[in-house]
Amino acid sequence: MYPEELLYSKDHEWARVEGNQVVIGITHYAQDALGDIVFLELPPVGTKVEANVPFATIESVKSVSDVYSSVTGEIVEVNDAVADAPEIINQDPYGEGWMVKIAMENSEELKDMISAEEYQKSIAE
Amino acid sequence: MDYIPHSNKEIREMLSFLGVKSLKDLYSKIPYEMKQKRELNLPEPLSELELLRRLKFISNKNTSVNRKISFLGAGNYDHFIPSVVNYIISHPEFYTAYTPYQPELSQGILQSMFEYQTMMCELTGMDVSNISLYDGATAVAEAANMAFSITGKKKVMVSETLHPEYRQVLKTYMKPRNIEVYETPMKDGVTDKTQVKKSLIEESSCLILSQPNFFGNLEPMDEIFSLLANSNTLAIACVNPISLALLKPPADLGVDIVIGDGQILGNPQSFGGPSFGFLTCKKKYLRKLPGRIVGQTVDSDGKTGYVLTLQTREQHIRREKASSNICSNQSLNVLAACVYLSYVGRDGLFKIAELCYRNAHYLFQKLIVIDGIQPGFNSKFFNEFVIHIDLNLNKLKNILSKKGILGPICLEKWYPTLKKKYLFAVTEKRTKDEMDLIIDTLFKALKIK
Repeated sequence: MYPEELLYSKDHEWARVEGNQVVIGITHYAQDALGDIVFLELPPVGTKVEANVPFATIESVKSVSDVYSSVTGEIVEVNDAVADAPEIINQDPYGEGWMVKIAMENSEELKDMISAEEYQKSIAE
Repeated sequence: MDYIPHSNKEIREMLSFLGVKSLKDLYSKIPYEMKQKRELNLPEPLSELELLRRLKFISNKNTSVNRKISFLGAGNYDHFIPSVVNYIISHPEFYTAYTPYQPELSQGILQSMFEYQTMMCELTGMDVSNISLYDGATAVAEAANMAFSITGKKKVMVSETLHPEYRQVLKTYMKPRNIEVYETPMKDGVTDKTQVKKSLIEESSCLILSQPNFFGNLEPMDEIFSLLANSNTLAIACVNPISLALLKPPADLGVDIVIGDGQILGNPQSFGGPSFGFLTCKKKYLRKLPGRIVGQTVDSDGKTGYVLTLQTREQHIRREKASSNICSNQSLNVLAACVYLSYVGRDGLFKIAELCYRNAHYLFQKLIVIDGIQPGFNSKFFNEFVIHIDLNLNKLKNILSKKGILGPICLEKWYPTLKKKYLFAVTEKRTKDEMDLIIDTLFKALKIK
């Protein structure tokens, strides 16, 4: 449910580090709490993002949630498949449900993220 | 549903259950010094007969378009309302229902709202509609809200020829968001195309035009909106829905959002309201549409049903990111419009629009040949027009009221340079005799002068 090799944020995003870039998505807990995801708007490639600032909103039938970037940088890739078929996020939040890939400006920011174990603890509370 | 409040027996039972002796005891927590100790200063109750007599006395102080010949316009008009409209909307399930959107109970209302959305899209050529806003003025403001939400630009361009009170309401709505409202000037009674400058367009989220405009004149919408082509500035048109039976649908002119006031569709004038505002737009703006939207779906038995939908747009879920904080609409007025449009149909609406146009042009042509009357502008118009009359407002009102005629409206109070310019509205209700009466009255009045 919470792959160990990923990093997590308190706002229920996960990050997969790939060299100088991170891939971001939302966790199993988040997709479950949202319910059926019906709409998602992702910013275009080239958009500058900041750590702890929302860069997208994700909509289910009953609610709207902000998606936060955990790092400062620039979006280098966007998963268009998920914008067209948001339900993929419910089905496969860590795989096909990835949202954006960001080129990091300062990888030190990753230190503020938490491990799978710590994340699981935080949601159990 | 019952409309009988609790009986004395039920009250006693409830008090007994709660363990209190009287209704007064329920307010025991309120400090003594804050309690009202005297009886309320209200008159004695009246019997039904006395009450009717009293209300009749008050209402007889008013007049109405049933007793006068009206040429009043400027946003609120005397159009024919078929009897079937009142018959249907008077059903208590429609007339007294409050927020009737629970699908298990309100399929009738929800379906009629869905039909209304469809009709408005057919009339305007737009893809989607909501189930109404308060009125035309706030619909303009909501469209401007959408434009800001979509483009992020903090300026709105609106023509000086849009209803002055709509522009006032727009400014009120834009003020807390620090959005500047720039009024583009007019020339000869229509928007001056040369004043719609490129730099202004770049800075503005939208350009709002009215069709016909406040003076009844037809704006060169295609020419002016084509100026927006290479920008992300939205084209917004505020339209007369009956005129749409004759004019090109705004969708054909690349308009992004179409709004307006729906009073003329089956709703009485009622001294200014209530009315409803309609808002339709292109599909790509669907998620920015404010207000309620009804969708068609199937229930658990696979039967067609109707529900409120896309509620994540609305402020009770989207909060500060929503286009608007509106969470209400005018469904009874909308139902009246829906019944009206169903009843007159496409052919009927065309005939009504045509009659309005012909009547107005008959009256205009006959008036401008009178000594002391000249055309106000050199523009094409639908069913409202402006003429100059060599009489001041009070004199004119006196002369016409003696003949049981209401109107026209003097434009000076909104446009100080338009002295002695009068706005006439002519609908399908005006007969040749009525029009000949005002022609004759004005002719004689100006001759004596």
